[in-house]
Amino acid sequence: MTLQKNKRYAVVDETHCVACGSCMKECPKGAITIPCGITAKIDTEKCVGCGLCAKACPASVIHIEILKRGEEDGNK
Amino acid sequence: MGTNKKKNWYDYLWLASLLYLILGFFNILFAWLGLLCFLIPLGISAVKGNKTYCNHYCGRGQLLDLLGNKLKLSRKKDIPALIRSRGFRYGFLTFFLIMFGNMLFTTYLVFSDAGSLKQAVQLLWTFKLPWHFAYHGTIAADWVAQFAFGFYSVMLTSTVLGIITMVLYKPRSWCVYCPMGTMTQQICKLKDKSS
Ligand code: SF4
Ligand code: SF4
Ligand code: SF4
Repeated sequence: MTLQKNKRYAVVDETHCVACGSCMKECPKGAITIPCGITAKIDTEKCVGCGLCAKACPASVIHIEILKRGEEDGNK
Repeated sequence: MGTNKKKNWYDYLWLASLLYLILGFFNILFAWLGLLCFLIPLGISAVKGNKTYCNHYCGRGQLLDLLGNKLKLSRKKDIPALIRSRGFRYGFLTFFLIMFGNMLFTTYLVFSDAGSLKQAVQLLWTFKLPWHFAYHGTIAADWVAQFAFGFYSVMLTSTVLGIITMVLYKPRSWCVYCPMGTMTQQICKLKDKSS
């Protein structure tokens, strides 16, 4: 997959996630799930990097990363 | 709570949490209902192996969210790294369980006639608030009332702590060190490992 723009997406520090679900409730894209009640997982395909989840996270364990154009999947 | 989403029936459970706190001012025996907030999350995590309770049903989380976001009472700052550390979370859980055991022991003393009923609610495990106005005697045995006072103390204390950290940090900061949240996550982890 080649993206036209730099892609922003959310990343969870899984060792510190408390699996509370505050992020999941905020995500407008339904990109977050908490499988097995252990940690939040972000579906990077659905995530648009809006950062709402990071703002809501009470443990502040989500940050937004930027993937520069052409870096992804090593297909360049 | 996402403003852009359709509301489900469970998005109103914060009303139940609020009602619970209010009822405790009128009749302390309602405090027994709080057991639901212990048994349901533990049951869901033990049987289903997920945190659906925290993620959807917990009225307390919703209430803190409302106070912090809708009523804008939260500073929305990052929680100190110490509070979200494993040591603090499990330490607080241990302390909480010890105090809970202590409360059960007090109830037992009243049950076995070795202690007398104290019509008080203890806030933050320290301050005794007179609460006789919510006790109307006779309907139940003394130990039933003692447990109710003890349980309401637990619920009120955790609400106060939740509100303090809601104001200081993010709205749902309580969820970072909530004993129920920590316990259910741990149960889920154990269940996942064993399966
Ligand atoms: S950054 Fe936005 S789209 Fe991506 S997971 Fe967070 S809330 Fe959802
Ligand atoms: S809000 Fe933060 S701590 Fe809670 S589930 Fe999401 S990433 Fe984990
Ligand atoms: S962590 Fe505690 S307060 Fe937060 S949603 Fe779970 S049970 Fe409710």
